[in-house]
Amino acid sequence: MNVHKFKQQGLNIVIDVNSGAIHVVDDVVYDILNYFEDNNKELIYEKLKDKYSISEIDEGLSDINELIEKGLLFSKDVFQDAVKRNEEPSYIKALCLNVAHDCNLRCKYCFASKGDYNGKRELMSIEVAKKAIDFVIKNSGPRKNIEVDLFGGEPLLNFETVKGVVEYGKTEGPKYGKDIRFTITTNATRLDDEKIKFINDNMVNVVLSIDGRKEVNDKIRVRCDGSGSFDTILPQIKKMVSNRTKGKQYYVRGTFTRENLDFYNDVIFLADEGFKEISIEPVVLEDGNPLALREEDLPKIFEQYDKLTEEMIKRIKEGRGFKFYHFAIDINGGPCIYKRISGCGAGHEYVAVTPNGDIYPCHQFVGNNKFVMGNVFNENEGLDKNIINTFKHGHVYNKPECMNCWARFYCSGGCQANNYNFNGDIHIPYHLGCEMMKKRIECAIALKIKTQE
Amino acid sequence: MKHIKTINAGVLKASLKKPGCKECANSCQSACKTSCTVANLACENK
Repeated sequence: MNVHKFKQQGLNIVIDVNSGAIHVVDDVVYDILNYFEDNNKELIYEKLKDKYSISEIDEGLSDINELIEKGLLFSKDVFQDAVKRNEEPSYIKALCLNVAHDCNLRCKYCFASKGDYNGKRELMSIEVAKKAIDFVIKNSGPRKNIEVDLFGGEPLLNFETVKGVVEYGKTEGPKYGKDIRFTITTNATRLDDEKIKFINDNMVNVVLSIDGRKEVNDKIRVRCDGSGSFDTILPQIKKMVSNRTKGKQYYVRGTFTRENLDFYNDVIFLADEGFKEISIEPVVLEDGNPLALREEDLPKIFEQYDKLTEEMIKRIKEGRGFKFYHFAIDINGGPCIYKRISGCGAGHEYVAVTPNGDIYPCHQFVGNNKFVMGNVFNENEGLDKNIINTFKHGHVYNKPECMNCWARFYCSGGCQANNYNFNGDIHIPYHLGCEMMKKRIECAIALKIKTQE
Repeated sequence: MKHIKTINAGVLKASLKKPGCKECANSCQSACKTSCTVANLACENK
């Protein structure tokens, strides 16, 4: 599909997939486009004669043809050479460092099997963490920017290693000309003044988990004794955010499940609590799990995204806007085509490291022995070349369904782990995720157009 | 043009001229960890 059109927020929006051009059109052009590809002017007159005059249709056709001549509508794919760039060597430049395979919460949707990734509960030693930094420096080739996300389980259960590895990265990075950027993803239960200061001083981003309203959060994000975490985490998250240096990123991040298909209310709850950077994301769970989203839930989910778009436009115009992660698409810029083709980077630019030093294509594959790529202590053995090649070539041009999808250069083929877990193949997209992704992109584009008017 | 307003004139083709340096973030790291959208990354080579 090379042209996609949709209605959102009262706008008729047309995307030319291959050029990335975005147009707002009136009803005449919108309707002509239903028949335009048949290249039959008489058919268009016939279909639309009761709705528009011949001169209106001719004007619409003339505008469409002008855009085609300019290469901004029905443009051809000119990215074959860019695809070839994927054959160039990949370098590992992002780590998910699982500093704790343990957690003090028992969130009911946890992909990491409540923190232990179906293995033993353990913490990463500073030796393993340092070795992981050495590994990424060594394998990052010419890349200057290196990202290290401190993850778990709950990384703040292992604050000693968190502090140690940040210190080590700050010393080692500059020696090799690397800018190591640390981020952390925490459930916020262990935040105290010392940790808040440390995170603010050292992390370029902090992701703080909370699902929204108390009744929603406390049904899912529970302690070992089943009690809810909301009353502990909300004040601590607020403290972390209020202590965040202006301009430094944070995200208050939650997950919605079948239990809160009205998740618009959770986003707005967080916005009304004063948070400006919010992410509420769809749960990913196997079919049959009572919390899992189903196809039949899509209309309700779409309605929530529509409502959110409308409210965000209103708040932005009133000067009290907030950022919603999945709507944060820069329609006038964003990543280059090379990045959009290569996708998320899992398994060839981005890997996860476990407490014992094992390396996986990403955090979502941890615990699946088929995907162990190596270990940070086996420097000379390198990484499993078959796995690297599989992921490197798992890009959007090798995903037939994606090549027929208008959203291919926005989502870049989706999450490899979701694709694998649902379809047994990273090349086959996870359908439910695709549908939500496409809806979010449409909302994001409409939001941008409406707020840059 | 009377019937069409162009919002942006094709950022993708224009980006072919960029070096493709891959210095930008990896999408999953930024916040999501489950539902990556590559298009919401920022370019490090503007």
